[in-house]
Amino acid sequence: MSSNDAGTTLRPEPVATPDSAFFWEGAARGELLIKQCDACKMLWHPPRPMCPNCHATKMVPARMSGRGIVYSWAMPIHPFPHGFSTPPIVALVDLEEGPRIVSNVVGVDPRAMKEGLRVEVSFEAAEGNKFVPVFRPLAEGSV
Amino acid sequence: MATPQTAIVGIGQTEFSKNSGRSELQLAAESIKAALDDAGLTPADVDGLITFTLDGSDEVGVARCLGIPDLKYASRIPNGGAASVATIFHAMSAVASGTCDVVVVWRAMNERSQYRFGQPVMRGLIPTGGGSTFMEWCLPYGAQSPASWEALTAQAYMSRYGVTNADFGLVSVLLRKHAATNPAAWFYGKPITIEDHQASRWIVAPSLRLLDCCQESDGGVAVVIARADRARDLRQKPVHILGAVTNMRFNHEIVSDYYHTKDLTHLEISDRVRERLTAATGIAPRDTQVAMIYDNFTPQIYLQLEAFGFCGPGEARDYIKDGNLELTGRSPLSPNGGHIGEGYIHGMNLITEGVRQARGTAVNQVANVENVFLASGVAGAIIGAA
Repeated sequence: MSSNDAGTTLRPEPVATPDSAFFWEGAARGELLIKQCDACKMLWHPPRPMCPNCHATKMVPARMSGRGIVYSWAMPIHPFPHGFSTPPIVALVDLEEGPRIVSNVVGVDPRAMKEGLRVEVSFEAAEGNKFVPVFRPLAEGSV
Repeated sequence: MATPQTAIVGIGQTEFSKNSGRSELQLAAESIKAALDDAGLTPADVDGLITFTLDGSDEVGVARCLGIPDLKYASRIPNGGAASVATIFHAMSAVASGTCDVVVVWRAMNERSQYRFGQPVMRGLIPTGGGSTFMEWCLPYGAQSPASWEALTAQAYMSRYGVTNADFGLVSVLLRKHAATNPAAWFYGKPITIEDHQASRWIVAPSLRLLDCCQESDGGVAVVIARADRARDLRQKPVHILGAVTNMRFNHEIVSDYYHTKDLTHLEISDRVRERLTAATGIAPRDTQVAMIYDNFTPQIYLQLEAFGFCGPGEARDYIKDGNLELTGRSPLSPNGGHIGEGYIHGMNLITEGVRQARGTAVNQVANVENVFLASGVAGAIIGAA
């Protein structure tokens, strides 16, 4: 388990590959990015270097609205995951633009966790001066 | 169905433990030697070797241990434990094509004493996870173990069909009952109740408790495949490979199979395996007499029962409750106790039990077995009488 100077446990540094580095770099700027084919405009996640729809290799990061809906979730308890001080809520989030991503839902009581929860993106620090997109319950009444 | 050209002619295994006290290479060599002895073959007869991409022993090392003089073929199968039944397809293909006369499949691991699949990982493994992209996308979010990856699918199934964790426990209780009368099982003599299951701690809430998880085990298993005409002259009753198929479909992953469709409550990839296997053999999985189905976690039994056609979508709970998976039921499940009860040698100890059931020599022998269904999600096989 690792800590920063404030004594806060930091999540593990993301594994960045040549095809995925844009995602984590975007998170550091507070942007949720998904690769989009420049030719056919299809959004693809997890990202890959060629569009399987039209075989273009120009895949351009597109900024998402950050809103989505929880499809499924789980709370790893034992063995306790590295880089967390309380059990994280891991979720599959379906973005309103379509792609599904693995992330966390934060700021929610696990007893209130459920599929269909509407969420919006937020960003949290990770080891290595990196940031990752996470999600918070969408405030009531917001659109 | 065409006349089967290949057969499983030998099986071998070490003990299944939590601390083997010897190298993985030794476990591999001992299990292969046992399988060749079982078949009545020698290392000089072996001309092909197959294992998993994840296996820690290499082909040169195995050949050096056994004194295998001349290999024509060696390959490694991806997709983690889903490779297990896929190895049977690859061995069948190597023999049926005429490339090989005798192929040995092995898997040996100190998966409890040397490393543990159930422990959370941060890095150090291949980022793509070998057939999955889960490493890079899951680890920063605390999904760092197979149970956490599996739970995201399990929860979707529970939510859709109103299934509870106690319902998943039906699988644990059944497999521990089978293991309790199998002296080779780690949990020999140790059945559990549903209350024991519900008292076990959460691994991933609210879907998986400790007793929903397979074991972590040390051990080695080997299987020998040969031409059917040669099999007739060997030591054991041949167990023919009536059909074996494996599938890799667009946008599917292995344990983190989140992207292929919006609805994760059905294993579309296993549908395809069932269809192709039934077309190849003329036999549906549910019309076999024993079902050896990969049990890494209890929900996988639910999902595979449905996709392989034992019951309809959402019907697995009732199918189990009705006693269909008991030794005297319609589709006895893993009479050795499976990975949950016997040991976890990455699917291969389910194949050896399937062979024993087809031979009629198992400890928990099911009556009147003609055919056995082997399944590991992305792969399936039907073995038995020609």
